Amino acid sequence: MIPEPFVPVFYALVYILVAPLLGGLIAGIDRKVTARMQGRVGPPLLQPFYDVGKLFEKENAVVTATQNFYVLSYVVFMVVAGALFFSGGDMLLVIFAFTLSHIFLVLGAYASYSPYSHVGAERELLQIIAYEPMIILTAVGMYMVTKSFFVSTIMASAVPIILFLPGIFIGYLIVLTIKLRKSPFDLSTSHHAHQEIVKGVTTDFAGPNLGKIEIAHWYEYVFLLGVIWLFFAWNPFIAVAAILVAYFFEILIDNTISRVKWQLMLRSAWVIAGTLGLVNLGVLYYLRMVVP
Amino acid sequence: MQILDLLLCLILFPLIAALFLLVVRRDSWRSLIVQLSAVAIGIVSLMLLVLGFDKGTLLYTVGSEPVSQVMFFIEMILAVFIVCLGIKYRKSLSVVLILLQAGLLVWYETNMAGHISVGNNLFVDQFSIIMALIIGIIGTLICVYSVGYMETYHNRHKEIRDRRNIFFGLLFIFLAAMFGLVFSNNLLWVFFFWEITTICSFLLIGYSETEEATNNSFLALSMNLLGGVAFMVAIIYLAISDPSGNLMDLNYLLTTGKAVALVPAVLICFAGITKAALMPFSSWLVGAMVAPTPVSALLHSSTMVKAGVYIIVRFAPVLAGTTEGLIIALVGATTFAFASFMAISQSNAKKVLAYSTIANLGLIVACAGVGTYNLMWVAILLIIFHAIAKSLLFLCVGTVENRIGSRNIEDMGGLIVRMPKIAIMMFIGMAGMFLAPFGMVISKWAAIEAFITAPFGLIFIAILAFGGSATVFFWSKWMGKIISVMRDQTVIEDTVKKEKWAVLYILTGLVVVVCLIFPLISSVLIEPFVLNIYGQTARLAQANLTIMIMMLCLLMIMPFSMLFYGKGAQPPVPPYMGGRPMDDSMHFAGSMGVSRELVLSNYYLEKTFGEERLFMIGASLCWGLLLIAGIMLLGVIL
Amino acid sequence: MTYLQKSPWIVHYNASSCNGCDIEILAALTPVFDVERFGIINTGNPKHADILLCTGSVNEQNKVPLKNVYDQMPEPKVVVAIGICAATGGIFRECYNVSGGIDKIIPVDVWVPGCAARPESIIDGVVTALGILEQKRLKMLQKGNSDSTKVGEA
Ligand code: SF4
Repeated sequence: MIPEPFVPVFYALVYILVAPLLGGLIAGIDRKVTARMQGRVGPPLLQPFYDVGKLFEKENAVVTATQNFYVLSYVVFMVVAGALFFSGGDMLLVIFAFTLSHIFLVLGAYASYSPYSHVGAERELLQIIAYEPMIILTAVGMYMVTKSFFVSTIMASAVPIILFLPGIFIGYLIVLTIKLRKSPFDLSTSHHAHQEIVKGVTTDFAGPNLGKIEIAHWYEYVFLLGVIWLFFAWNPFIAVAAILVAYFFEILIDNTISRVKWQLMLRSAWVIAGTLGLVNLGVLYYLRMVVP
Repeated sequence: MQILDLLLCLILFPLIAALFLLVVRRDSWRSLIVQLSAVAIGIVSLMLLVLGFDKGTLLYTVGSEPVSQVMFFIEMILAVFIVCLGIKYRKSLSVVLILLQAGLLVWYETNMAGHISVGNNLFVDQFSIIMALIIGIIGTLICVYSVGYMETYHNRHKEIRDRRNIFFGLLFIFLAAMFGLVFSNNLLWVFFFWEITTICSFLLIGYSETEEATNNSFLALSMNLLGGVAFMVAIIYLAISDPSGNLMDLNYLLTTGKAVALVPAVLICFAGITKAALMPFSSWLVGAMVAPTPVSALLHSSTMVKAGVYIIVRFAPVLAGTTEGLIIALVGATTFAFASFMAISQSNAKKVLAYSTIANLGLIVACAGVGTYNLMWVAILLIIFHAIAKSLLFLCVGTVENRIGSRNIEDMGGLIVRMPKIAIMMFIGMAGMFLAPFGMVISKWAAIEAFITAPFGLIFIAILAFGGSATVFFWSKWMGKIISVMRDQTVIEDTVKKEKWAVLYILTGLVVVVCLIFPLISSVLIEPFVLNIYGQTARLAQANLTIMIMMLCLLMIMPFSMLFYGKGAQPPVPPYMGGRPMDDSMHFAGSMGVSRELVLSNYYLEKTFGEERLFMIGASLCWGLLLIAGIMLLGVIL
Repeated sequence: MTYLQKSPWIVHYNASSCNGCDIEILAALTPVFDVERFGIINTGNPKHADILLCTGSVNEQNKVPLKNVYDQMPEPKVVVAIGICAATGGIFRECYNVSGGIDKIIPVDVWVPGCAARPESIIDGVVTALGILEQKRLKMLQKGNSDSTKVGEA
């Protein structure tokens, strides 16, 4: 057995090692399911791994050498954020590390001073401001139910959190669409070929740098789906089922709804998610604080 | 050496320096005086820290009567001076307000001052020490920086009258007044220093004597005088409530006199709101950006506006748990959100800094208004982190402006190539403002954790979440602008003076170092102070601190990865331009064979985050809130 | 087999085709042919692509962009010329501004004949290109190795 103080470190290590495999697999399933929805056979399940493997075989062409630094920082802080989350750290700290890592991606795109990257970077920023409030409200909601920001405590809680936070959960699913770069909110870059600004933020990354961005996405997937787990933490089976259903739902939305403009994205993320979240929290607050 | 000597030294020494600076006209002499006094003031403030950090609240009696007489006399002269200026420039509002204020003061002196004597006129506690360190280190650094800046400024703007002796005199008087403000225990003395800062800032904002500068300086004056009137009313109210004058003792008022303190607290907080430029009074701070950049840096990072929040934080224990306090907090929170949104639509670098300042002051007031022990802790943290990072940013923008002749963010593209050192400093300063694990994010985080247990905290958390994300947007796009790598640029920063570099290096170092040692600052200064008032205190969990510091170290190591990539890499390729090649001067062949330059501009989202519309909404909300507070206050009084 | 062969990403450039060949390329992406089965993705961005599918002939207007798109692709990369136009200029060969097939501007590795080329032969062309891609990768690797040994000696 692992001695008590090393348990978080152990979980962090497990995340660092397993998350890319899991994330890549999720991406593979995503592509397969998407293809089936479109009546195609789709690529092999392990295709994302082949893609990244290929990218690392290519030449590292950069517009400016600083891009390497920003991309590396993006990956590193994404891993830090996820590792903090899975080692049971403070949700808010996780969110801030998460934002930090995305800022690095945006800066990498800005650094190239290229029109497509630039537009992608601006849109990516808009996406960040669209989802960030909702993610913070999610953390706050978890706190109101479990009295702790620490993931370890939230995980250990026997309360079915989802019953207290249905509004927050729906809000989270909406911003999850932004985070997973799914249509209708895939403004800054898209996994599909139908992006109107070439490839948005990732336009001027090539070869290994693009591969690193892809790996960071995998880490991100696992982290984001981990948050869904928290809502159902009291029962692992339901949690896995919920993640599967939620993810399927995201793919369905991706394939059925067309991309929106940034105004609508910002508004829907802030207004719908914000109201749902806030009403939910307000009711909870009233029940907890005012009615003793 | 006695602590009292240090206090007096901090108040009087800048005054003496100011006198010299007023008469000296030689550049070399001036520079010498400024640098020596800066070092002296810095050392004395540090000595104050070393001697005083573990002593708790110390009260000192200083000859009350004669000093008060002198103060009254000076205030009357200043009133006459303002009246003359107001008449000269036809600013009736300022004249009316100063007359009202002077009238109240005279009435007070003739009818009440007789029986009132405050025993302890000066005091010092950990909070005063923190403020003194901010003023004594950051404030003086800015003064040192100004010497070089003003020289370039006058070389560039020949049309502006060279009154540098007055300028530097005013800067040091200002510092003296700030020290006086944070060490005064007698409310009347606080008021005196308060007025001095108002008038100094008025003169500094109007330094260039252009029409715009004059108008904006009078705007600042009127708003601050309005606050001054409220302050004076508070003093009179206290004098009426207890004719013996015990309540005039700030420390006594805050510890034992809480029952009567609410009304004056709200009035003084109103004064604080005007000084800290919260909505609806934010326009004076934005207008004050016409002043030379070091003035903006001094007024808006470490001193003037900090006086406003200082006094509100002082009164936080009185406000805690009251509806009035909640309203003041809401004014702060509304200001935070709206100022953050408005900053998105600004392309003028100094205006972005101004709105970000207003936003952060709003946040501090929101914390102080709710006033629980952990929010008090957050408020003080915010004051520290904001002062350092913001002064660095102001000075960087000033330097850039002097080099490229523009303060527009759009002109700062490729700064990392043109002025690499400045760009990196700006980068660190901005990171200090919105990125983990730097100061402002630590504070924001602590604020969320603190609000969650506070009454009505949910409202504040929501505002913090939405406003905070706007902050991320406007900082990142500015950051993106300066770090974009453009070819065909030459380095233009080698003409920047040595002492300016020194100041910038120190401030950059401070941004990082204070983040690293903030647990120490917290445990030595902030926690004892909060503990003393509330009997309990806040701190971040140890595990989180370790992680934050590890993240900071990681962040500092990351740039070294560049060395690794530098070796053996092939030359960079041009960006993708839809198939069009671009030459090194950023030109490409457009349609019809016309050569065009590639120009990229940031999003400002005018329609959504336009300044005017948002100001209207924000200001009306805040007016409404203040009105409610006013009505409630009347209810209490009657 | 290396990863490169399992994940060839393409960028499609229309030089001055009549759109016939382009429609066939897009047809290859549809459910009937579904090239994603082989990991092929149409990226639309030369910086992400391994294979340049080029249709149409070269004329004065598209010389520069064609070269630019090719230059922007990171090594190793291959070019597949699709249709008779891309090979020789095709029916546009005699036009006043047409200079011929795309090999006038960039080196072509695979020619896919047809007017228009059928999706099957396009896919076949891409598969042929994969072999060449692999050879180029090995060459690049050797060159890289010899470079680094040179550095080591120096
Ligand atoms: S080869 Fe035929 S179908 Fe293809 S572009 Fe040329 S003319 Fe059109």
